[in-house]
Amino acid sequence: MRANVGYIVGLAALAACAAIVHAGPNGGTISGKVTYEGTPAKQKPIDMSKEPSCAKQHATPITTETVVTGPSNALDNVVVYVSAGAPDDNPPGQAAKFEQKGCQYIPHVLAFQVNQSLEISNADQTSHNIHPLPKVNREWNKSQPPGSAPIVDKYDKPEFIPVKCNIHPWMHGNFAVLKNSHYAVTEGEGGFSLAGLPPGKYTITAWHESYGDQSQDVTISGSETKTVNFTFKAKPY
Amino acid sequence: MEEAAIQATHVHAPPEGFIRKYVFSLDHKMIGKQYYGLALVSVFMGMVLSWFMRFHLVWPEAKIPGLGTIAATGAPGGVITPEYYLSLLTMHGTLMVFFVLTNAPFAGFGNYFLPIQIGAEDMAFPRFNMMSFWVTFIGFLVLVLAFFIPDGPPISGWTAYAPLSAVGKDAGPGLGWGQNLWAISIAIFCVGQLLGSLNFIATTLDLRAKGMTLMRMPICTWAWFITSSIGLLAFAVLLPACLLLLLDRLAGTSFFIPSGLVVSDRLQNHAGGSPLLWQHLFWFFGHPEVYIAILPAVGIVSHVLITSMRKPLLSAKVLIYSMMSIGFLSWMVWGHHMFVSGMNPFSSLLFSFPTLTITIPATIITLIWLGSLYGANIQITSASLFALGFVSMFVSGGVSGFFLAQPSIDIYLHATYFVVGHFHMVMGVAAIFGILSGTYFWFPKMSGRMMNETLGKLHFWITFVGTYCIFMPFHYLGLVGNVRRYASFVDDFMAPLMPVHKFISIAAFVTGAAQLIFLYNLIHSRFRGRVAPENPWNATSLEWSIPSPPPWNNFGGKHPVVFHDPYQYGVKGSKGDFVMQDSPEQIVGGS
Amino acid sequence: MGKFFAVVLIVITLASAYPIVTHKFVQPVDISTHGHAIDEQLADTMAEGGFAFVGAQLLLAFFVWKFSSRKDGSKVTHLPGGAKLMVATAFILVGTEVLALGVLGQKAWADVYFTPPKADALQVQSQAGQFAFYFRYPGADGKFGPLHPDKIDEGNQNYFGLDPANDVEARDDIVTAEMDIPVNREVHLLMHAKDVGHSFYVRELRIQQDFVPGLDLSLHFTATKTGKYEIVCTQLCGLGHYNMKAYLNVLPEDEFEKWLKDRAAEQ
Repeated sequence: MRANVGYIVGLAALAACAAIVHAGPNGGTISGKVTYEGTPAKQKPIDMSKEPSCAKQHATPITTETVVTGPSNALDNVVVYVSAGAPDDNPPGQAAKFEQKGCQYIPHVLAFQVNQSLEISNADQTSHNIHPLPKVNREWNKSQPPGSAPIVDKYDKPEFIPVKCNIHPWMHGNFAVLKNSHYAVTEGEGGFSLAGLPPGKYTITAWHESYGDQSQDVTISGSETKTVNFTFKAKPY
Repeated sequence: MEEAAIQATHVHAPPEGFIRKYVFSLDHKMIGKQYYGLALVSVFMGMVLSWFMRFHLVWPEAKIPGLGTIAATGAPGGVITPEYYLSLLTMHGTLMVFFVLTNAPFAGFGNYFLPIQIGAEDMAFPRFNMMSFWVTFIGFLVLVLAFFIPDGPPISGWTAYAPLSAVGKDAGPGLGWGQNLWAISIAIFCVGQLLGSLNFIATTLDLRAKGMTLMRMPICTWAWFITSSIGLLAFAVLLPACLLLLLDRLAGTSFFIPSGLVVSDRLQNHAGGSPLLWQHLFWFFGHPEVYIAILPAVGIVSHVLITSMRKPLLSAKVLIYSMMSIGFLSWMVWGHHMFVSGMNPFSSLLFSFPTLTITIPATIITLIWLGSLYGANIQITSASLFALGFVSMFVSGGVSGFFLAQPSIDIYLHATYFVVGHFHMVMGVAAIFGILSGTYFWFPKMSGRMMNETLGKLHFWITFVGTYCIFMPFHYLGLVGNVRRYASFVDDFMAPLMPVHKFISIAAFVTGAAQLIFLYNLIHSRFRGRVAPENPWNATSLEWSIPSPPPWNNFGGKHPVVFHDPYQYGVKGSKGDFVMQDSPEQIVGGS
Repeated sequence: MGKFFAVVLIVITLASAYPIVTHKFVQPVDISTHGHAIDEQLADTMAEGGFAFVGAQLLLAFFVWKFSSRKDGSKVTHLPGGAKLMVATAFILVGTEVLALGVLGQKAWADVYFTPPKADALQVQSQAGQFAFYFRYPGADGKFGPLHPDKIDEGNQNYFGLDPANDVEARDDIVTAEMDIPVNREVHLLMHAKDVGHSFYVRELRIQQDFVPGLDLSLHFTATKTGKYEIVCTQLCGLGHYNMKAYLNVLPEDEFEKWLKDRAAEQ
């Protein structure tokens, strides 16, 4: 009789946990804004004269993208992601796309998951030689003559990887290879929103290529939205 | 030393069994054929690489069928990437200069015919000789291995300038293990050449038959002797240079790498080295090397011409002394590859004077040939056509060298297609013509069968006209300022020159295809050619006094005796208008 | 067939000489003060080399025509004068030609290398690195700030590795991707290699010189015609060598000053 009661209580507890774990269809959300304070270094115009076929695609020269800002001190191109508290996720079937166009990497920061397919295409009339510079993952570089098929590859370890073009020194970008599917890259007003988070204690990290990273801990108990903001100190040089 | 030779009493036993006869043979004749065979494989490989290069320059976005499978990294989808173009270029140059032009005319024919022409049973050191071939062969395998490694073959050119070749894979694809294999391969090659050169020198000095004074040796023997002397000293410098390069790459030394270099965003951990040091070491070898490539051809062509003209040269002695002066001067000119390298500009002037001076013995040689043709009775054969073609090519290539020898002109022409035209004409055409002339001439002796003369002449005409069509335009491109070693021509500057490049590429494919006629002739004649007599060309030197092909000990155990030089043509001999070198008959008429 | 050889050789010789004689492939117009000496040297060499080339090939053709496959019975004869004549011809003909060109050619070389740059030459530094050229002007203080290889940050256009935060002289340095210079004013070009060997070649300026890592090299020249010209790399430097170039713009003095001011504002 006592064993039966214990068995029923145990089952109920399990059911309650299951209920909590699958609480609601959307889970909790962590959202916020990334801003900067101070004066960021001026972004400089890029002279592409050595590659006329690219230079003529930009009526006014593009600028460097090491610090991209938005209205109200918004800081763009910041990767905000769950660095602890969430299990690793299988990669989605869809490829992450990185394009070389007008001798520029689009997007400047590409975030995707470990083992997710990365597809790099060349829309320009010149050869590019894309050279990601990882420290942990396998390093490679590949030439892509104009009109050639996209390069398809993947990374099996999480890492922030600077990317450069061996042929065009001004081309710089970044790969953010992440462990789980909870991430966003800020743009425009600098906002981000990480949804679908089951209850738990999370560490949210914001990474910027020039200003480093910052982390904050957040606990989600149900389907609430918690606000987390990040502010980076800008550097004049 | 000049008089009676020391008779070779210790020679290897007659070879028994397949391995001893055809693989690890001590017989200089088999070793010569092995070198020639290696050169033949290398030249076809090198030629195919150049086809890919010429194709890519004119049709850069073309998908070459099959290449995408063989070279998935270098040519994804069959489209040649810039780095693959450079590795084709590097391997083409390395194969051609080392494994073709140093192998065939010198190690190939020299090994086969030098002992016979001086009346010896074999080389002085048959075991060293066998080792020299197999070491060279291992060097070849190491080089070819670079095609199959994931990072690909090296891309720094056959000249492998530091620091590009020294800092390792940060500097780009192909500069990892591909470059290591290159340096190892060439170091091994040097060892093979040193062994070979020692043999040639010792044999020439010590094993000459009775009556064979140094001045009675055929001109081609002299050429091989001078070449091996140059080779001994030149390869002795390249070998340590390659070892130093490997140390920089693998052991963290800095012979060639200064401090503060940032390669591909990485600060290199080296200090104190000098890139110019590599250039000095390389070219100190590299310039004599090009004379190693051409002098045997000069010797072979002289030998073939004399027989074909049915008269001796105006003066064989003058030609021999001219070859010796070229050999001597070749040590003083290496800096002409470095006029605008950043070396002290005063040194550039110093180097230009001996460079210009080499024109004099080269002109003497050319004038001796031309002057000897006067009053001759030239027998036109495939061999003599290639020899005459050589004279024409030697003039063309020599004249363009005259431009480059002047530092002020080199400011404009350096690193343009003018330079590429110059060295292809002298090495890529003239030296090859020497090899081809020697092949058509000596094939009957080596195989006991005649080559097909009709096919040989067809081969000559297409090749002669074709190579002019390919390489003469290179000079025009250089004059306009077309830069070399470019994988593609993407500038507006180059657009008007593309029709010239197209013409060159098509000429290259046609001329290359014609070489298949030669290959067919070689193979078919080996098995089905008309049986050759002992002396099909009515020639005088000792190789024509023995059976075709010669027995294992050349002279059948006899010790030949010679009575005069091998140029007794245009005289009344018992067999015709010539007297053989080992014939004691009195010479009537002629010089 | 000897006669056929002669004919083919004559055709080849004339066909080879034709584009040269008709000036179909000539160097672009010289825009430098020292280039005319190089062009004259080149023209003299072309004339003498051309004469030697055509003469030797025609002589070869003629002798093969006349002296090949003669009926049996013709005795072979020898050129009067023999080897001595050939040697003498070589020494006199070639020796004098060679010495003349070698000695005369010194002047063109000396103009480039043995004269020091003028004191008021415009200083420009060029850095060659895989696979682009970047240029630096010293700014108002007339001094170049020191280079710090560890501070190179291409994503931020700091190609030279300047440290304006700590180096005062670096603060007004002007870094550009094109090399603009004023016409008719001497330029003193300092050359710095970032990674491997490269070379600086402007055809129209008749100037070419390698960048050697570890060595401070320089060139000086004066451009005499305005226009846009290519600076191309001529020392194999890796996979992008074919695409390593920058543009040289020779401008009237006032346009140059304006350009420099605009670039300074962008730093």
